[in-house]
Amino acid sequence: MKNENYLDLNFKDIHAPFEVDRRDFLKIIGGGLFVLFTVGDTLGYIQQEQRRRGELPTDFNSFLRIDEDGKVTCFTGKIEMGQGIITSLAQMIADELDVALDSVQMLMGDTDLCPWDMGTFGSMSTRFFGPPLRAAAAEARIILLELASEQLKVPIEKLSVDKGVIYEKTKKRNKVTFAELTKGKKIERHIKEKPVLKDPSQFKIMNKSYTRVDSIEKVTGKAKFSGDIILPGMLYAKILRPPAHGAKLVDADLSEVKKMNDVIVVQDNDLIAVLHKYPDVAEKALLKIKAKFLPSESKLNNENIYEHLIKMAGDGRVVVNTGDVKEGEKGSASIVEETYYDSYCAHSPIEPRTALANVDGDKITVWGSTQNPFTAKEEVARALGVASEKVRIITPYVGGGFGGKTTNLQIVEAARLTKLTGKPVMVAYTREEEFFFDAFHPAAIVKVRSGINESKEISFWDYKVYFAGERGASHFYNIPNSITKSYGSGRGSAANVHPFATGAWRAPGNNTNTFARECQIDIMASKAGIDPLEFRLNHLTDKKFIEVLKTAGKKFGWKSSYAFPSGRGFGIACGSDAGTVVAMIVEVDVNKKTGNVKVKRVVCAQNMGIAINPQGATIQMEGCIMMGLGYSLTEEVMFSNGEILNKNYDNYDIPKFSWLPKIETIILDKKNEPPQGGGEPAIITVGAAIANAIYDKLGIRLNRMPMTPERIKEALSVKG
Amino acid sequence: MPELIEFKLNDKAVKLNTDGERMLLWVLRTDLGLLGTKYGCGEGFCGSCTVIINNKAERSCGITVGSVRGKDVITIEGLMKNGKLHPLQKAFAEHDALQCGYCTPGMIMNAYGLLIRNPNPSYDEIINEMENNLCRCSAHKRIVDAVQTASAKM
Repeated sequence: MKNENYLDLNFKDIHAPFEVDRRDFLKIIGGGLFVLFTVGDTLGYIQQEQRRRGELPTDFNSFLRIDEDGKVTCFTGKIEMGQGIITSLAQMIADELDVALDSVQMLMGDTDLCPWDMGTFGSMSTRFFGPPLRAAAAEARIILLELASEQLKVPIEKLSVDKGVIYEKTKKRNKVTFAELTKGKKIERHIKEKPVLKDPSQFKIMNKSYTRVDSIEKVTGKAKFSGDIILPGMLYAKILRPPAHGAKLVDADLSEVKKMNDVIVVQDNDLIAVLHKYPDVAEKALLKIKAKFLPSESKLNNENIYEHLIKMAGDGRVVVNTGDVKEGEKGSASIVEETYYDSYCAHSPIEPRTALANVDGDKITVWGSTQNPFTAKEEVARALGVASEKVRIITPYVGGGFGGKTTNLQIVEAARLTKLTGKPVMVAYTREEEFFFDAFHPAAIVKVRSGINESKEISFWDYKVYFAGERGASHFYNIPNSITKSYGSGRGSAANVHPFATGAWRAPGNNTNTFARECQIDIMASKAGIDPLEFRLNHLTDKKFIEVLKTAGKKFGWKSSYAFPSGRGFGIACGSDAGTVVAMIVEVDVNKKTGNVKVKRVVCAQNMGIAINPQGATIQMEGCIMMGLGYSLTEEVMFSNGEILNKNYDNYDIPKFSWLPKIETIILDKKNEPPQGGGEPAIITVGAAIANAIYDKLGIRLNRMPMTPERIKEALSVKG
Repeated sequence: MPELIEFKLNDKAVKLNTDGERMLLWVLRTDLGLLGTKYGCGEGFCGSCTVIINNKAERSCGITVGSVRGKDVITIEGLMKNGKLHPLQKAFAEHDALQCGYCTPGMIMNAYGLLIRNPNPSYDEIINEMENNLCRCSAHKRIVDAVQTASAKM
């Protein structure tokens, strides 16, 4: 997988690592055994980025503590947003340390208590954070065995550990608990050499299914999200917003709102806000402001955006180049040239961006829904002009992120307002604000030209991607002459490219790239008159791809005897993301009159190495599949002249219960292979699998996502 | 204008002085300190704020507190009885029918409204009734399983 999978991550904000002195830091925490470790050696690329953009965290960036009561706590800057690492990371610790899963606490995303972390995205927690975390737990176990050996006067090899108790193998009454060993001590160790990790055959907790450890809190309504943090005297703020991106404020008449009882009005440069102890009253107060804005200069909309993007593309970068495409063209019996389009999509977590900020002396504390609390901390420090150690970000449960909660505007706004008013201030976005300020999945274009020769093999592949980025852009098929070029960044923040912010959206870029590649492969298969599963297998030597495709085919009951389009509505796609390889087969039905697509069945097989929590990983696959139906079929941010026309869910359709297909998932049993990403891979294949299934059903090709009823009807009318 | 409003909330009488035109969602979350009921969209499209009013699932973001006067309101906090999880809560936890958990209270209350009216709903009836409760993490499959399990146990 090399570096290409990580190139597109949102690294722009990596700088200023952990600056609190370690001794100060550990003083806050109290006594017990500490094992400090660095998530580094498996993160070559990230280290490289950090070296380039700022200092490296030279000391440590995570630690494990066994306190004087024997309780195990992992302090990490990672956050929990539904992806389930609160459970899977705890499983790794519990298994390596030989303690019960429920005795492990995860303390996450608090910038004063946890060491620096770059953020939670890119399906990286398990694959990169996991191995050093396991090593730290294994190291802690060794230290505890050494202590126990001294105390029990028994050599280590005669000792055994179970559920936090160390005992003599032959005399079980001769025992000591972790708590007894750490009582009154402060032991600090930094992992130097790699401790021996357990072999998968010894796993008692890893690679076993557990339900979420946070589920009871969440089903009882007790789980705290940022909006559920309440401080005495707090105020809710509503902020004056422009009607469109790029619209400039000319004048705001605050006279009416200033007459309202108990409403505080704040004006600080560009920030105009009204505050009240009730959010609903603040919202009403905001309507009393009469503001004039100059219209946005943007003339872009959903139809002219693609032409604009092509104009802005500049010189491309060669991602991969093998053989000679021109030679390949000469030897082609048939050439296919297609352009694929993808739309802006919103992240749309059900919890809109929210933050509560509180100023206490010269210290600012913010509870915020964010995927990168340490970045938020720097952003607040910069905006307020204070030293970053004066800022603390605490991350309660995050109500969904999907890559969106990496921009922390609401956190900065809350911090500014608490500093201006001296009171605790909650900034909780409305749904309309959440749509408006989202950093959308970028609209993108892919142009592919490819050919097949007389032997029905792909002879050349010329692939150009514009503004989706490189993740998933290079193919994995055996094609002798092939070039992949990427134009513009998938992050698209260069001025004047996109009319609003764009950013990482679950498996950034890969949904677009896999859609284009796998549709094109399907077209080539039908040109060759070969079954699309067989055609793919004919061009693959990578065992992982072959295995997932065959596994999915078998589960689906795929028979390659039909000519496509067969009218059955079967579609296939495969791809790779975050180190995981995935194959998907879907069955669709299409209502020709309405253009509605019903995805009836989805079979998905993936190779993700060892699954730490197989049920958790399965749930991520199910979530990817269901969420993927949205970007494939309906989700498209509508905009015109800087205005975002989607203001609520009435005109932005995300998947609903009635869309639920029959979902069948298979995680290949690879417990001896290192863990790979789980939160994103299964979403990448959904678009192409559906497009290919629509082709199989009706003989029409949809090259633009989302594949809305209108676009399907249009394609049908063109076909006639 | 503040006025005295009385209703039953989670089996207890409540009395409060507030503007009757305020939405129940915000009164629950601020005056009454019940934070399990969530804001998701403010216009009744997502169902995160669902509560039970006189045995019917309703969107608290679009119902004024004045209109629940004398009525019986149940929120997610009122589902547990004697420290025991309601079968729906138990089933949601056991089926892992949630990820981020933000939509979960609304999902459970909406399903509760369904089971009050129809204790043995079919698969299609569950889908139909849950249709307008949104879950972005996409736990739909497990939510349906959980509602079926709970219905069998109630």
